[in-house]
Amino acid sequence: MNSDLDRLIHLAAIFAMLSMLAVGGGTAVLPEMKHMTVLDNQWLTAREFNDYYAVGQFVPGPNMLMVSLIGLHVAGWLGAGVVMLAFFLPFSTLMFFASRAWDRFADSPWRIAIEKGLAPVTIGLMLSGVYAVGHAAIVAVAPALIAIAVALLILFTKIKAPWLMAAGALCGFLFLS
Amino acid sequence: MPGVTPAGPGQTCGPLRVGLLEIFGVFLWIGSISFGGGAVGYLRQSIVLDRGWLDDKGFLSGLELSQTLPGLNATNMGVYVGSRLRGVMGAILAVLGLILPGLALVLALGASYAVLQNNEAVLASLHGVAAAATGFLFAVAVQTGREQLVHWQPLIFVVMTFVAMSILQLPLVVVIFGLGGFSIWLHRPRSGKTGKLEAPEGDDR
Repeated sequence: MNSDLDRLIHLAAIFAMLSMLAVGGGTAVLPEMKHMTVLDNQWLTAREFNDYYAVGQFVPGPNMLMVSLIGLHVAGWLGAGVVMLAFFLPFSTLMFFASRAWDRFADSPWRIAIEKGLAPVTIGLMLSGVYAVGHAAIVAVAPALIAIAVALLILFTKIKAPWLMAAGALCGFLFLS
Repeated sequence: MPGVTPAGPGQTCGPLRVGLLEIFGVFLWIGSISFGGGAVGYLRQSIVLDRGWLDDKGFLSGLELSQTLPGLNATNMGVYVGSRLRGVMGAILAVLGLILPGLALVLALGASYAVLQNNEAVLASLHGVAAAATGFLFAVAVQTGREQLVHWQPLIFVVMTFVAMSILQLPLVVVIFGLGGFSIWLHRPRSGKTGKLEAPEGDDR
C-alpha cells in the first residue's frame, strides 16, 4: 500500500520536473523521460516505451498524451491521472502567469535575448528526442528506409503525418514481422 | 499601442464576452480533429480567422511565448487564449478541451496494447510506426530549426546540445541551464549595438 503511494509520488515528481524542463515542446524531454522511466526506475522496457510513443502518434491533440500510458503502465488508472496532472499542470500554470506579464516586455531586449538564445538549444533537444526514439526503432535497414522516406515526404510534399504513420504501420506489418 | 485587442491581459471582461461553454466547445473540436500535431494551425484558423477572439499580432505574440516557455505549444496557446477571454476558468476549459479527446483515444489504444502486445502483427505494425515517427520528428526538427541549422553560430549550440544530451548523457537540467544560459548570455542586451557575438569563453554564472 505504502509502496503504491511512494510510486505515485515518485511518478508525480518526475513528470512535474520534466514539465518544467520541456523547453521547445515534448520532444525535448523524451530522452530524459526514457532514461528516468526505463533505466533509472525500470518501470517499463525500452521496447514498451517506444511502443507507447508509437501509439501516441495516432491520436489528435497535443503530442505527448502518451505520458498517460506510462502512468497507466506503472500505477494503473490513478497513475495515468497523476502523470497527466503532474506533466500538464506546471507548465500551464507558468504560462498562465507569464502571459499576463508578457506584453509588458514586448520591447524588452531581454525578451529577444531569451528567444534567440534558447532557439538553437531547443533544436538540439529536439534532435536528441529524435535520437532517443530512433535508437530503439531503427535497428535494421527496413525501418531506416521507412524513416528516411517519411522524413523526405514531410519535408518535400504536403502529405499529412497521420497518413504516413498509417503507411508506416502497414510497412511494418508487411516487412518487419 | 494603437488598436484595441479583443481582451487585454488581466482584463477578463473585454468588449468580447465569450461564454465558457463556447470556449470549451471550440477547443474540444480542435482537440478532436488536430491529428498529426497541427493544433497550432487549427487554433489560428478557429480563433483568429473564424471568430476574431484574437488578432494576428496577439496570436503571434502568444505563440512566441508558448515556444519560449516550457510546455507544449498547443496547450500553452490554449492557456494564453483561454485566460485572455475568461481568466482561469477559460484557460482550464481550453486546455481540457484540447486534451480530452486525444487522451480518451490514447488510453483506449493503450489498454488494447496491454492485451495485444504479444501479437506479432501488432508489434510489427508498431515498429513500422516508430520508424515513421522517427522520420517525422526529424523532419519537424529540421523545419523548426531552419534558421539555426544554416548559420554556424547557432549550429554550434545545436550540436553541443545534442552531444551533451545524447552522447555525454548529461542531465537535462544541466544542459538547459548550462548551454541555454550561456547562449542567452551571448545574446544579452548590451549598451550600444546588439547582435554580433564576440563569444568570450566563460561561464554564465
